[in-house]
Amino acid sequence: MMRIRFWGTRGSLPVALTAFGVRDKLIRALRAASGRTFASDDDLVAFVDRLGLSVAGSYGGHTSCVEIETGSSDYILCDLGTGVRPFGQKAIARHGPASPQTYHIFMSHVHWDHIMGFPFFTPAYIPGNRLRIYGGHEKLMEAFCRQQAAPSFPVEFATLGASIEFVHLQPGRQYEIAGMQVNLMLQRHAGDSYGYRFTSGGRSVVYTTDSEHTLEDAKETGIYVNFFRDADLVVFDAMYSLADTISVKADWGHSSNIVGVELCQLAGARQLCLFHHEPIHGDDAIERILAETRRYEEITRFGKPLLVTAAYDGMEIEL
Amino acid sequence: MEFSSQRLADVFVAEPVGQIDHPNAERLRQALAPVLDATVLAKGAVVLDFSRVTYISSMGLRILLMAAKQLRAQDARIAVAALQPVVTEIFDIARFNHVLEIFPTVRAALEQFSGSALAAYDAAAT
Repeated sequence: MMRIRFWGTRGSLPVALTAFGVRDKLIRALRAASGRTFASDDDLVAFVDRLGLSVAGSYGGHTSCVEIETGSSDYILCDLGTGVRPFGQKAIARHGPASPQTYHIFMSHVHWDHIMGFPFFTPAYIPGNRLRIYGGHEKLMEAFCRQQAAPSFPVEFATLGASIEFVHLQPGRQYEIAGMQVNLMLQRHAGDSYGYRFTSGGRSVVYTTDSEHTLEDAKETGIYVNFFRDADLVVFDAMYSLADTISVKADWGHSSNIVGVELCQLAGARQLCLFHHEPIHGDDAIERILAETRRYEEITRFGKPLLVTAAYDGMEIEL
Repeated sequence: MEFSSQRLADVFVAEPVGQIDHPNAERLRQALAPVLDATVLAKGAVVLDFSRVTYISSMGLRILLMAAKQLRAQDARIAVAALQPVVTEIFDIARFNHVLEIFPTVRAALEQFSGSALAAYDAAAT
């Protein structure tokens, strides 16, 4: 069994729901409830749940941070966006500050939105905790140190209490880490990024964010398709529309929902999870993109159906 | 995928037929290339008659946008006309309705682009 838990799903910059946004959701919920009566709290909860995230919730605003549970006692994370702050709080609440834990953290790359949560990751300050930070970049540590250097932050990286180790991984090799088989793949992004494929207990999840998949080159496409092959879940950077990725945002290093569907279909993957949402998009926009992506999958389906979901902060997917 | 084109005054009307999927997209690119070159020379326009296109993949859409970039850089124009409903959906989902000129019919596109091309089109239709 694998369980994927999303702590941060937003691309580039964290965003927050505003007072106006909450008010709008309340108005829409009350309008939907107009004239209805609820026999019990359960009926009320069921009604709210049917309203969907754009009315009764939110996709959230933390930047990239995804947890993978495999049954290992160690924690496994992908990226250290702002979502790692609530993750760290929850881990401490669960174990208490005096109970040392091991955290395996796989970095897609070290652009700011993927490391900005780290200075607020409380377990990094606690002696006894062990952090192993993996990545395909050779200078991972430099980015972490620079982020916490004066005058940008008051606590230098070197003063953190946990034992922190950086581990360089290479594409083309398979690693055994925290009870998982781990493969990584070089991706097209400014300064490079790496996608990961994690396999445990017969289940596979691919985490591919900040990657511009163009499908222009058949050989390159074949490499990605093989990496995605038969995956149970592909967490995919679908930040922009296809038109944007070919026009005004070409070479910005991100992909689209359309290319996500096509790659997953070619690879026979079972589930595509849209990830790294554009910060300009509100909940309505993300919900609309999800519906459109499901429709595109339906139009283009040539084999078994591909389940399409859109990640939100707090979402869990069990494989 | 089949492909044909005809010149109407300063406008080329090109008609791909069938599915423009990944394998066919390269064929579209190759077939379209001489039409684009001729359009640039004529400082005219290309109208893609999509009335018999049943599907277009991201690769096919990419080729359309690359063609548009090439033509716009040289003061020429491109439009797509007569999309089938499912292809309209794909254009909308990909947001290509924001970056390409789309017309309900070939005639409507010609009406916008060139009076002489429209006259030639109407003459051929009668």
